Amino acid sequence: MSTKSDFKDSRPISSFFLRKPKVRLISLLSLPMTWIVGVYIVSLFLLLITAFWNVDPFTSRVSPGFNLENFIMVFTVPAYIATSIRTLFIALSVTAICVLLAVPLGIYMAKIAKPWLRNILAVAITLPLWAGYLVKIIAMRLVFTEEGFFNWLMAPLGIRGPGFSIPIVILTLTYLWFPYMALPVYTAIRQIPPNLFDASSDMGAKGFTTVYRVVIPLIVPAIIAGSVFTFSLSLGDYLAARFTGGATQMIGSIIAANINLNPPVAAAYSMIPIAFVVIYLMVARRTGSLERM
Amino acid sequence: MKGKKLAILSALSASVLIISGCSSGSDDSSGVAIEVPDIPMHEAMGEFEGELNIVNWSGFVEPAWTDKFTADTGCKVNPRVAGTSDEMVTLMRTGQYDIVSASGDAALRLIVGGDVQPLNLDLIPNFSDDIAAGMKGNIYDTVNGKPYGVPIGRGANLLQYNEEVTGGAPESWDVVWELNTPYKGKITAYDAPIYIADAAVYLMYHKPELGIKNPYALDETQLAAAIDLLKQQNQVIGEYWSDPVAQITSFVGGNTVVGTSWEVLRKFAAKDNLKTTLPVEGSTGWFDSWLVSSTTKNINCAYAWMDYTSKPEVNGAIAVNFGMAPANVAYCASSPEAQAHCDTFFAEDEEFFKRIWPWTTPIETCVDGRKDVKCTSFQEWTNAWATVKG
Repeated sequence: MSTKSDFKDSRPISSFFLRKPKVRLISLLSLPMTWIVGVYIVSLFLLLITAFWNVDPFTSRVSPGFNLENFIMVFTVPAYIATSIRTLFIALSVTAICVLLAVPLGIYMAKIAKPWLRNILAVAITLPLWAGYLVKIIAMRLVFTEEGFFNWLMAPLGIRGPGFSIPIVILTLTYLWFPYMALPVYTAIRQIPPNLFDASSDMGAKGFTTVYRVVIPLIVPAIIAGSVFTFSLSLGDYLAARFTGGATQMIGSIIAANINLNPPVAAAYSMIPIAFVVIYLMVARRTGSLERM
Repeated sequence: MKGKKLAILSALSASVLIISGCSSGSDDSSGVAIEVPDIPMHEAMGEFEGELNIVNWSGFVEPAWTDKFTADTGCKVNPRVAGTSDEMVTLMRTGQYDIVSASGDAALRLIVGGDVQPLNLDLIPNFSDDIAAGMKGNIYDTVNGKPYGVPIGRGANLLQYNEEVTGGAPESWDVVWELNTPYKGKITAYDAPIYIADAAVYLMYHKPELGIKNPYALDETQLAAAIDLLKQQNQVIGEYWSDPVAQITSFVGGNTVVGTSWEVLRKFAAKDNLKTTLPVEGSTGWFDSWLVSSTTKNINCAYAWMDYTSKPEVNGAIAVNFGMAPANVAYCASSPEAQAHCDTFFAEDEEFFKRIWPWTTPIETCVDGRKDVKCTSFQEWTNAWATVKG
């Protein structure tokens, strides 16, 4: 009897929560829910609602109201449509290149490379993450200027870089986001049991067939996970285009240009990348890979 | 625009204007009436409040001259650097700042929006005859005869060129506008809606039949013509710049051969083959002034600051630090170095600045004095600018 009450008194908080499961649940969830709803969703909602608001034509002051003009602009101004398509193309290209590079690299690192080399490669992949984002973009800019490193290196071969343009933007974004694809892909390949490769080999499959029939199907969820990063991060980026794209405009460029001058248009236009990402996730879901993530 | 009937008379008068070189940048604003909120001005100096919150261009507010100001007045200076005019306007509207170093394209927006108050120049003794004539009474900070701004300094948007490639100064801006430019893909332009005025300046000279008399007073037809010119430029452009560092690396790295620049950027680039010139068409420029928030709680500190920074030596220090022509030209005679700085930036050369159109926010009231048409507002410029780059 006395032992029981001692026990009760020694952990008053724990026993209180044990007796009140609802209070327990609320106190567990309140902090993350405040964060998600209060900070994340509300601020996003406030941003998006301005898409319907009016802007004073002279002072560019925003006032609450309701009009669809900003959306009509987004879908009718040719420059905006062209920019949406261009940005989608860039984001898809970046994602495709990241996949093409990450899969062979992942297979090599996980299954072929010696442990010391594997560690060096793992560090090499994550190393760019240690540098600032803007630093990396400016570095790419310097590499590809007319008198920059690339043209200097390629001069003996008679090759000249394309100058600041869409290909350089794709290259820069690939460089920026590659770790987000490479790491999940590498981890997924490492988890494939070695005997699957032996079995595949026993049944007469050559190396490439094994990759195609065994490895790829097993790492699709990892590729989807990585591509969500590379795709959505590329969609939202505009500094890469500003510094390495020459006159290239992306969705982010237009949003950035309007954020001070015409916030409603910026808000309306920011629906486009959201729509792209939602469609992308829905397609990914239909393939069933989200469930296996 | 093609089908537009030409009024021979207006074309004639426009060409006469050009022949006589009368593309004056310092238009008298007295002819234009603009509706502004009625805000009272400060009547007499009182106690210093102890702090001053400034929105400023990088390099305008430095300890080298704020320390003495704080020691003299007890006003602690809290600077906030803004990167663009639009950012300045947004920051001033938060009501958290007392004073702003606004360029003309931000100033008029703030004045008409009621964000800044008219000034009592009697309380600013250093606003004297030494202030360059071309910086006084301009439409962007003097509305309906009421002054709203105290000039800080000015600079022109010049044509910078790589002499090794061009082999001499281009006489005309046509090297950045026309499809047959020899520098296709190596051209840079300023990345902001206000750059539409540069297209208008070019059209004023080459298409007098459009009847543009002030690049900031464009009716719909004239704006459409300017946008067409900008779209044409978009086919030959290499890069748009808003970040000075990007512009400098672009010229130094050889990606850009010709394009809009500021004298100070050429100095920073520090390459002998990069030169600037003012082409025959003239150009636009930025004229910066201090504007005081209409909701400021530190009005006496703000007036003291404007007076302090209008002193020749302080105004000169700001101008040298930023790289522009000082508003107070008395600075120029103070030392040989000061004179050299003034000469580099044409500080005392009113003839030079007469060919420069100071950035001014375009508004529906035509600032060239036309009453029969509605001019395009900055919002329309912003929307039009977005369509240029495609």
